[in-house]
Amino acid sequence: MSAEQSNIVLDISGVNKSFGGLQALSDINLQIEEGKTHAIIGPNGAGKSTLLNTCIGLLQADTGRIDFEGHDLTKGFMPHDINQMGISRVFQTPQIFPDLSILENVMIPAFAKRDGSFKLNIFKALRDEKAIEEEALHFLEDLGMADQHHNHAGSLSRGNKRRLELAMCLIQHPKLLLLDEPTAGMARHDTNQTIELLMKIKARGMTKVIIEHDMHVVFSLADKISVLAQGAIIAEGHPDEIKGHPKVREAYLGSAEV
Amino acid sequence: MKIIELSTSKRDLLILVVFSVIVLIAPFWGSLIGAGYPDLLQKFAIFGLFAVGYNILFGLTGYLSFGHAAFLGVGSYVAVWSFKLFTMNALPAIAFSIVFSGIFALVIGFLCLRRTGIYFSILTLAFAQMSYKLAYSVLTPITNGETGLFVLKDDPRVIDGALGIASAENPLASLFGITLNGYEGFYFCAVVLILGFWLSMKIFRSPFGMKLVAIKSNQTRMEYTGFNHRPYLLAAFVISGMYAGLAGALLAVVDPTAGAERMVWTASGEVVLMTILGGLGTMFGPLIGAATIKYMENIFSGINDTLLGTWFDFLPQALTDLLVTIVSPFVGSGWHLTLGLTFMMIMIFLPGGMVEGAQKIKAKFFNKSKTEQVESEQLEKDGAA
Ligand SMILES: Nc1ncnc2c1ncn2[C@@H]1O[C@H](COP(=O)(O)OP(=O)(O)O)[C@@H](O)[C@H]1O
Ligand SMILES: [Mg+2]
Repeated sequence: MSAEQSNIVLDISGVNKSFGGLQALSDINLQIEEGKTHAIIGPNGAGKSTLLNTCIGLLQADTGRIDFEGHDLTKGFMPHDINQMGISRVFQTPQIFPDLSILENVMIPAFAKRDGSFKLNIFKALRDEKAIEEEALHFLEDLGMADQHHNHAGSLSRGNKRRLELAMCLIQHPKLLLLDEPTAGMARHDTNQTIELLMKIKARGMTKVIIEHDMHVVFSLADKISVLAQGAIIAEGHPDEIKGHPKVREAYLGSAEV
Repeated sequence: MKIIELSTSKRDLLILVVFSVIVLIAPFWGSLIGAGYPDLLQKFAIFGLFAVGYNILFGLTGYLSFGHAAFLGVGSYVAVWSFKLFTMNALPAIAFSIVFSGIFALVIGFLCLRRTGIYFSILTLAFAQMSYKLAYSVLTPITNGETGLFVLKDDPRVIDGALGIASAENPLASLFGITLNGYEGFYFCAVVLILGFWLSMKIFRSPFGMKLVAIKSNQTRMEYTGFNHRPYLLAAFVISGMYAGLAGALLAVVDPTAGAERMVWTASGEVVLMTILGGLGTMFGPLIGAATIKYMENIFSGINDTLLGTWFDFLPQALTDLLVTIVSPFVGSGWHLTLGLTFMMIMIFLPGGMVEGAQKIKAKFFNKSKTEQVESEQLEKDGAA
């Protein structure tokens, strides 16, 4: 393990979660360092998504603490409270607003960032929100979608929906970004574009947790990797350490290149 | 279909001006379709306003309330009480109605919005039916029960009394000396409708309106994007409840009575039909739907066998009798059958309502003229070459 001193953004300690008889998470301890990209890998059903869900208020952990900026996130915060604290999440199945335009999809999270969880702004016209519109267009340019911003988001391809969702998170400038398989189901070309985008935000120093199956993505992005199997962390370390780890080879045969 | 668009303020102003003109000349176009009398025109305006407000809840957020007639009823009762206690002036009555129906909607909305989907709808229905029953029985001292609430010559009317305005035998609502019945009543309602439409347009064009549509589109994403969807839904509920209260007040303005039947569940269902028939979530749809239903209710229900007989009497007697027999179930008291069939046809062929129909026609027309334009440009080029 590295000895370098750095700020812990998210501190998960002793988290357990079971569904009926199934122990989905058992005694998880995980520290996410500021500015780092922390990858969580593991076979299907290992509990990776469940772990993220307990962090954003979607699921309640049975025991344990999740500390973020002095708050224990397991203590009954609503999902919008947790987002307002600065945690944004990309879901495993893309969650966008299919009935709104691509531009509006990106403007909405910007409103959440600026206006808080509720604001009754009836008398300001949307068209006068130039600053937010421009910022949204800027983020769409990063995705190469700026020219189609008036189209319905519902008509996008699955891969583009994922990248749109990523832009929706990025425009909030989160302190912590949680990505659940951001490249799953994407063609190679789209995957590469997404990696490029993630590299860009990595350079800006955003703290990220990324769940990923694609080892190419993991090893090109991650500063640190935790391996989850059957709800427990079985190994943790730098990409090079994980590559050669015998336990990982044994438990995680999802990719032959490991 | 694009619900909320970034449009220019000039275009909005144009829409508002055109809309106002159409509303204000309603006595003219109404007379062309046999609806040019104040009683029906008032209903167009009042129920149009009711539907415009209802659309802010149902159209934008997708939450289907089956209880909005309760707010309409509250508005009527409060307005009549304002007439009885304070003054026959319509403005205080309207103000009180909006406030009271708003408070009432806040309480009911807070409770019903604990649930979503069908459970929300059932809860609103239950609350509205409860209000209706209460108005009929327990609350008789306030609502005058079955008889309904009326204004009387010897009501206190303290403000009118202080101003030395004498009470008439059959008091009518007024606006600083202008009696608001007949066409004056219609024009008063028309102005309120225009203001109500303007506010609805503001909401459609605002970030608030876009967020309501976003909640309809994906409530989960909304929560994880940092929005608390509850107060947004509650605000939409209260706003639409206030519109309903305002519409109820206008009903009392043009005819100073109030009765529990205004709160019955079929009245709540009617505004749902109006909104869907015209075009859910569109700015004009609810108005068109309200006018269509009120038109059918008043015109179709007035057609009887004798009238039908005079229409068809140029035909041989046997044929006349046959036609009268075929048509009569659809008119008179059978107008609901016509309404039901129309509704079914629209839902099957134009799920976006009458507005969608209009858009389709416009698109056809527009595309045609576009191709014609291209052709003529082509001709010009050919001519030049
Ligand atoms: N809401 C839930 N209710 C019951 N079981 C669940 C729920 N969410 C996840 N699980 C179970 O927990 C285990 C871990 O799931 P998940 O976290 O989605 O795995 P991963 O994301 O690593 O593929 C699986 O066996 C899954 O079936
Ligand atoms: Mg998963």
